[in-house]
Amino acid sequence: MTDEHPPLIHAERSRRAVRILAIRRLLIEKDVVTTDELDDIIVRARARTPADGAKVVARAWLDRAFRERLLGDARTAVADLGYQLSHDAELAVVENTVDVHHLVVCTLCSCYPTSLLGPPPDWYKSFAYRQRAVVEPRAVLREFGLELADDVRVRVVDSTADVRYLVLPRRPAGSEGLGEDALAQLVTRDSMIGVAEARSRDRV
Amino acid sequence: MPAVHDRGGLPTDEPIDRSDHQWEDWEHVTNALVGMLRRRGLINVDELRRGIEAMVPAEYESSGYYGRWSASIETLLVEKGILTEAEIDAVAAEMDSEWG
Amino acid sequence: MGIGIRAGDAVTVRSIEVDHHHRTPWFVKGKPGKVRLVHGAFFNPESRAHGGDGLPKRRLWQVEFLQKDIWGARYRGRADDVLVVDLFEHWLDRP
Repeated sequence: MTDEHPPLIHAERSRRAVRILAIRRLLIEKDVVTTDELDDIIVRARARTPADGAKVVARAWLDRAFRERLLGDARTAVADLGYQLSHDAELAVVENTVDVHHLVVCTLCSCYPTSLLGPPPDWYKSFAYRQRAVVEPRAVLREFGLELADDVRVRVVDSTADVRYLVLPRRPAGSEGLGEDALAQLVTRDSMIGVAEARSRDRV
Repeated sequence: MPAVHDRGGLPTDEPIDRSDHQWEDWEHVTNALVGMLRRRGLINVDELRRGIEAMVPAEYESSGYYGRWSASIETLLVEKGILTEAEIDAVAAEMDSEWG
Repeated sequence: MGIGIRAGDAVTVRSIEVDHHHRTPWFVKGKPGKVRLVHGAFFNPESRAHGGDGLPKRRLWQVEFLQKDIWGARYRGRADDVLVVDLFEHWLDRP
């Protein structure tokens, strides 16, 4: 982005927008930051998508030893697949099973495993989700179209501190024989937050 | 009564709006500035959160996600003496007149 | 300086109001839970948010609560549904 053209701004947020762009200009003038580095961060932030998390999940479905390591020491396990997590936060993976369904929220702000999923969706940061997910997870899941059976326990994870949580969804029935890439196609962002299950094969 | 950011379990009947908005330029800039200022060791994530939590509740509630981040960046940069409010006011006014 | 917590132990979250930045949500304060595991030791956000160096690092525990213990009758779901929250050791007491 350059300063030459007026940026895309909606009027209602324009005051905040103008102030942050003024801050950007001042920090560049004072050599605190450089345009190249800022642009580089923007490009790299845009490149991160849930496809990375989906590959991790697909590998875990196929490789039992990898799955065990992922659940025990996620940082090291994902490093083996080429994902170097920043040292700002740890990663923990929680596994959905026949008996337990996990749902992740950050009630205090918006902690999210950005390094594997990209930026969080707007709803994850919304007051409604942050307020409701901890106290009425089953109603929230229903709103997302997921009706849990009565014999499934719900385990809500509020990521309050230095650990980001990724849900390892259940492998869909009928996915036997699929390779890693095909399996990754079944793994949605929402299934790794826990508001959905992985897609079944016939719905890709 | 919990602080304004401490929202878990606060009663609401609001459904969860699952639409995603298109990021505006300034939101990308805010995100990138946070990344760079952290990389430079000028601010840390705990300070950033503290700056957000210090917003007056009405402003916290009405600001969007990156609006809160940008407010906190401003608070911290001024507090640390890296920028002054007067400088930011002046450049913001200049930009307002440039862009109408 | 730990309080000798181990995975599986019962704990109670400190019920104190503080003015500074902290990462303990209001709804677990004063509540009984069970420690599941330790994530390691991390900079103390309560110091780092206010210009401190975050040292000494504090152990961060994954603590599990029964939803019924937190929300009482307001919670509609199974009696064994749980809520997991990561909490720094200095917020935990042995009951």
